[in-house]
Amino acid sequence: MTQTATRPRVALFVTCLVDLQRPSVGFAAIALLEAAGCDVEVPRQQTCCGQPAYNSGDRATAADLARDFVEAFSGYDYVVVPSGSCGGMLSSHMPHLFDDDPNMKARAEALAAKTFELISFLVDERGMTEVAAHYNGTVTYHDSCAGLRELGIKSQPRTLLASVQGLSLVEMKEPEICCGFGGTFCVKYPDISTRMVSDKVADIAATGADTLLAGDLGCLLNMAGRLSREGKAVKVRHIAEVLAGITDDVPAIGEATR
Amino acid sequence: MQINSPRFKERATSEIANAGLQKALVRTRPRFPASRSAAVEKLPEFEQLRDIGREIKNHTLANLDFYLETWERNVTNAGGHVHWASTADDARAAVLAICQRVGAKTVTKGKSMISEELAVNDHLEKHGITPVETDLGEYILQIRDESPSHIIAPAFHLNREDWEESFRKVHTGLDPNRVFAERKDIMAEARALLREKFLAADVGITGANFLIAETGSSVIVTNEGNGDLTQTLPKVHIVLASIEKVVPTLEDATNMLRLLARSATGQDMSVYTTFSTGARRPGDLDGPEEYHVVVVDNGRSAMIGTEFQEMLRCIRCAACMNHCPVYQTVGGHSYGWVYPGPMGSVLTPSLIGIDKAGHLPNASTFCGKCESVCPVKIPLPKLMRHWREREFERHLTPGGVRSNLALWGFLAKRPSLYRLVTRVAAKTLSLLAGKKGKFNALPLASGWTKGRDLPAPEGDTFFSRYAKQQRGDA
Repeated sequence: MTQTATRPRVALFVTCLVDLQRPSVGFAAIALLEAAGCDVEVPRQQTCCGQPAYNSGDRATAADLARDFVEAFSGYDYVVVPSGSCGGMLSSHMPHLFDDDPNMKARAEALAAKTFELISFLVDERGMTEVAAHYNGTVTYHDSCAGLRELGIKSQPRTLLASVQGLSLVEMKEPEICCGFGGTFCVKYPDISTRMVSDKVADIAATGADTLLAGDLGCLLNMAGRLSREGKAVKVRHIAEVLAGITDDVPAIGEATR
Repeated sequence: MQINSPRFKERATSEIANAGLQKALVRTRPRFPASRSAAVEKLPEFEQLRDIGREIKNHTLANLDFYLETWERNVTNAGGHVHWASTADDARAAVLAICQRVGAKTVTKGKSMISEELAVNDHLEKHGITPVETDLGEYILQIRDESPSHIIAPAFHLNREDWEESFRKVHTGLDPNRVFAERKDIMAEARALLREKFLAADVGITGANFLIAETGSSVIVTNEGNGDLTQTLPKVHIVLASIEKVVPTLEDATNMLRLLARSATGQDMSVYTTFSTGARRPGDLDGPEEYHVVVVDNGRSAMIGTEFQEMLRCIRCAACMNHCPVYQTVGGHSYGWVYPGPMGSVLTPSLIGIDKAGHLPNASTFCGKCESVCPVKIPLPKLMRHWREREFERHLTPGGVRSNLALWGFLAKRPSLYRLVTRVAAKTLSLLAGKKGKFNALPLASGWTKGRDLPAPEGDTFFSRYAKQQRGDA
């Protein structure tokens, strides 16, 4: 791992889903960032990146939230987010909300340039090649769409997973096909979404893996929900939980508590 | 063509339950992507070609009037005739007038999506002229009175037993005990029957993959050779083409051709690539006596100068729908009009109105696969999002969605209130789920729980736990 003389100040964007659904992913992200030599802060004024409004055509609300976001996250060396979807929103889309506002656009672009999805930040920016975690199991990894196609996240999670003691990775036949989540798509078109996630779940089950990992909580909730509905005993976790070694302390997504 | 796009959602649901369609989709789904990727791997400059293709189209669209006029002049110089049609009505009338002038009884047709858009067949039939589709896929659809479900493989939704059943029903007078053991038996039967139609036709209508300004030529690509028989055997050849098909030069056309078949079927080239320039000249061995091009706008020029102009780069290769997980789940007929899949989800609202086609740009997960394979790099998800914005501005977005967004936006603007509300929600849901850790059903979340369980939140929110931790009381 590269060690810089000064520890960079990293602002963690928790994301609304992690905040509400699965705080453990946020704590795992903090642990990983600290292990990568960063000072982590969690800006208090953050809520959501505005993606639901942006993708629903409500550009005004999206821009309104984006203004607050840029304000809340200015002044850090990096902004890191445990989601490819929110990461893509911040780095690829948010500046375009200010195409008619050069000052805000410049600020949003500056923010976009220092915003990274968690796993790619650890590997590409911090040079992390291994983690000190242990996980007994066979896992399969789903490449979430925005992370894969907007941010080029493909090898980074696999690099780090390869270093986890006791873990073996078995690939799906088509790990890059969309799981059918799509934000509000999954509730606007439930029948199509269900059909898509059923195909995904069949691909997951065919690997024989006991655990499914991905880097986006939305996709994970969707796949976990369908696996559970079909009675398939595959544990579902955000990859950060495995890399941070917290899986003994936290039940898998949707798993019954003891 | 009748517009069924407002019923997209219901149609999709019934197509998901349609065993025949699902069988066809599952069988066909992997083929095009696999052959495209093999073809692309063999051509190291393919990515550069995509940029070249995009630039050729952008340049042409920026100077569309110039290239169309140049093209028209060169068609005329080569002895052809150009008919400008601003609307579908104008185009149908132009086709009919030519057919009636030469006293046409039957018209053979090569595969053409613009012909579907204009509903040319219905119009000809209404006036006593028999159109005969000669592309094998279009032929079976004409027999079955169905519309294409895919822009390059029109019968994508059919299985072999459907073909056999329709052929036995319609091709009466043949041995009822004949065996269709293989695909080629189906082709042989169609070929024998179509041969007579080719020879009898008074007019042949084809589409055009490209119009070339420099030479006044039209270009078609086919794999069956039916297009060539359609355009060379009858006395009259009518080309139907929309305005954005023009490219400046022959060299531009060849660059586009290098992209087209690879993106479409994964072939290096289609089996037949045919350039037509004017009518038969003295000394030519074959060709029609008259060559006409009906060049159609039908809503396209209104896209120029808008955020949807980029859609006019489309060369109708179908790579987007071949790779679209939504298309591959619901099939082409769900989309309810001529153009299915991601390209249709952007183009259709431009042509029939977002008020009727609203579902189409919404029924996407924005997975981005379409844009990643588009040979001319059309940012399809971005353009679908622009349609959602137009809908929102025009208050076409459903009221429930608007009020949910407004409430959520109100909270997200107020971090302290947001913390409180999310904390109550997370704790309540977690308590309700108890030790099960999930819900099979939940009021107001039936869209989710109809096909999935809903994993329960862990308990307290991140921010609440983090604040406690910072205070040192966690």
